Amino acid sequence: MEGVDIQKNIKGLVSRIEDNLKGPFRFMEVCGTHTVSIFRSGLRSLFPPLLEHISGPGCPVCVTHSIDIAMGMELAEKKDIILAIFGDMMRVPDHRGMTLKDLRAKGANISICYSPLDSLKLAMDNKDKEVVFWGIGFETTVPTVGATIIQAKKMGIKNFSVLSHHKIIPPALKFLVESGDVEINGFLLPGHVSTIIGVSPYEFLAKEYNIPSVISGFEPMEILDALYMLTLMHKNETPQVINCYPRAVKPEGNKKAQEVINEVFEVSDGYWRGIGEIEASGLEISRDYVEFDAKKKFGLKPRDVTQPKGCRCGEVLQGKISPKDCPLFGKKCTPISPVGPCMVSTEGSCAAYYKYGV
Amino acid sequence: MQPIISMEYKGMKRILLDHGSGGLASNRLIQEIFVKYLSNDILNSLDDAAYLKVSERVSFSTDTYTIDPIFFPGGDIGTLCISGTVNDIAMLGARPRYLSCGFIIEEGFLIDDLEKIVKSMADTAKKAGVLVVTGDTKVVPRGSIDKIFINTSGIGELIVDCPMSGKRATPGDRVIINGTIGDHGLAIFTARKDIDLDFEVRSDCAPLNSLILELVSKIPEVHVMRDPTRGGVATTLNEIALQSNVCIELFEDALPIKTGVKDGCDILGLDPLYLANEGKFLCILPEKYVDDALEIMKKDPLGKDATLIGQVKETPKGKVVLNTKIGGKRLLSMLEGEHLPRIC
Repeated sequence: MEGVDIQKNIKGLVSRIEDNLKGPFRFMEVCGTHTVSIFRSGLRSLFPPLLEHISGPGCPVCVTHSIDIAMGMELAEKKDIILAIFGDMMRVPDHRGMTLKDLRAKGANISICYSPLDSLKLAMDNKDKEVVFWGIGFETTVPTVGATIIQAKKMGIKNFSVLSHHKIIPPALKFLVESGDVEINGFLLPGHVSTIIGVSPYEFLAKEYNIPSVISGFEPMEILDALYMLTLMHKNETPQVINCYPRAVKPEGNKKAQEVINEVFEVSDGYWRGIGEIEASGLEISRDYVEFDAKKKFGLKPRDVTQPKGCRCGEVLQGKISPKDCPLFGKKCTPISPVGPCMVSTEGSCAAYYKYGV
Repeated sequence: MQPIISMEYKGMKRILLDHGSGGLASNRLIQEIFVKYLSNDILNSLDDAAYLKVSERVSFSTDTYTIDPIFFPGGDIGTLCISGTVNDIAMLGARPRYLSCGFIIEEGFLIDDLEKIVKSMADTAKKAGVLVVTGDTKVVPRGSIDKIFINTSGIGELIVDCPMSGKRATPGDRVIINGTIGDHGLAIFTARKDIDLDFEVRSDCAPLNSLILELVSKIPEVHVMRDPTRGGVATTLNEIALQSNVCIELFEDALPIKTGVKDGCDILGLDPLYLANEGKFLCILPEKYVDDALEIMKKDPLGKDATLIGQVKETPKGKVVLNTKIGGKRLLSMLEGEHLPRIC
């Protein structure tokens, strides 16, 4: 009976959203977990025809630029280094088409971690090696990496460092709306990132650009609630930033996590896949923790590398094209032999289209 | 050749290269471990090959077991290498009879561990009512393989007129599974990664032949039976959908998944539908036999959680579609590559 009730509630909400729509409404989500939830739950198959869903740059693996990938690979190839990574990075091809999987087969020492703290333990267990944690991720992941670095400093661990390619979300959103290449009528804002940064960093979306935006949870009902609010604000022309996920997101965010980020990192320009450099959208390790900065420790410099030929991940990430519009999609580029990162990560839009699309 | 003093099995702790040499040490190992536990008239003759009498139509299968870790909650490589091959043989609608086993053992492997494994094999073979009738042991230098690999092959006698096949799923058929999904895969994953969940997840590893025999001898028409091992239920059903050129629809809210497995998968970013099972089979049969089949399964402890989980349709051909809890639809694709933990 529970299933029937859910289906009834879902149907009801979908039709209320439909009532709000007087014309096409295109919303963008910027969180890999939203992408997966919308596809995996089958919600996408229930959207009314006028509601158009595009996935933005919300998957941390997908937005990692070839320049940054080349840097991680360079490190993995060095002798006496253990590169600790999140699992998804294993299969991301670099500009040569090589992956960490290939490097591992050739003898590189790569370890998959669930938490940055695992990599610190790895460093303690392998004193004769240098352990580098490859920091990929948004505001959600950064505090744990920061806490790990603080811990490493406290414990005086010398053979541990972090290759920070972390990114922050609001500048990327600003870049997207400012470029004006894609019409976005509403933003479904990321629940996890918002638990850390709170509500105010998004205010500009409504105030400066008149785009209704809603912070949402991840259950299908929560997403539909958020979409109802988005379409309602659109209909009434009352754009605001609304927090529909108050059980997890406080208006001010998580102060403690923010303090950790500010303590260990400083804002820098960041490279985004397919977009290029976005001002103040990256995080570097701050001067106070310079001994844990792998870039400094190993003298790593950004190298000018080309993107794989024909790959249109960049346009997918900005919502300019649907994955199916890319000529490589499902042919040369599949999850088993991905050309671009959007096909690698389970949270990537190309992988989601390939895996779940009916 | 110098006499090998250390070949005495008793009191010796580790497998040496001598044990695979075919000489006295090998003989001791065969007698004191393999024959001791797996003993039967055919094996005990220790000829180069086993002399067997079987019916005219046989089902024949082979599999090699390289699992890591070799001991895991709910079983070990010994349980697995017998039940895995027994299940494969049975999936055609056959009564498994005889198995062979080939061991490749890494030099230095603990003899106590080998004994534990062979004992599990014997227990499982007894449960399944099959005989291990011939075998082989090789020992390779340390580092050449990871601990121990076991191959088992086996034959069984067909007891149905028309063997089950992945090509026989027909629109209108229903899909049944004999119990919960993903237990083995998650047990192995957590044991391998040394992940401590708050609840114990045990492998479902078990021989299914008696349940299958009961089923196929009472239900006149079963079209497909297959055990969803590597790649899990999702991948196995995709194979069947392709082989039969049909669409298989699954009902998400009907899928039997233990709460612990579901929670564990959520934490680790895994999907139970892609996790291996070692004591489960998918059974595709005409709708009219569903109730009887479920009743038969539920009487057996290995089928007590048997559930109707899907149906076969005409289109989209070669695809598996999941009817989600919320009333939506999505594709359930094949597993691509290694099942890697998810970022974030």
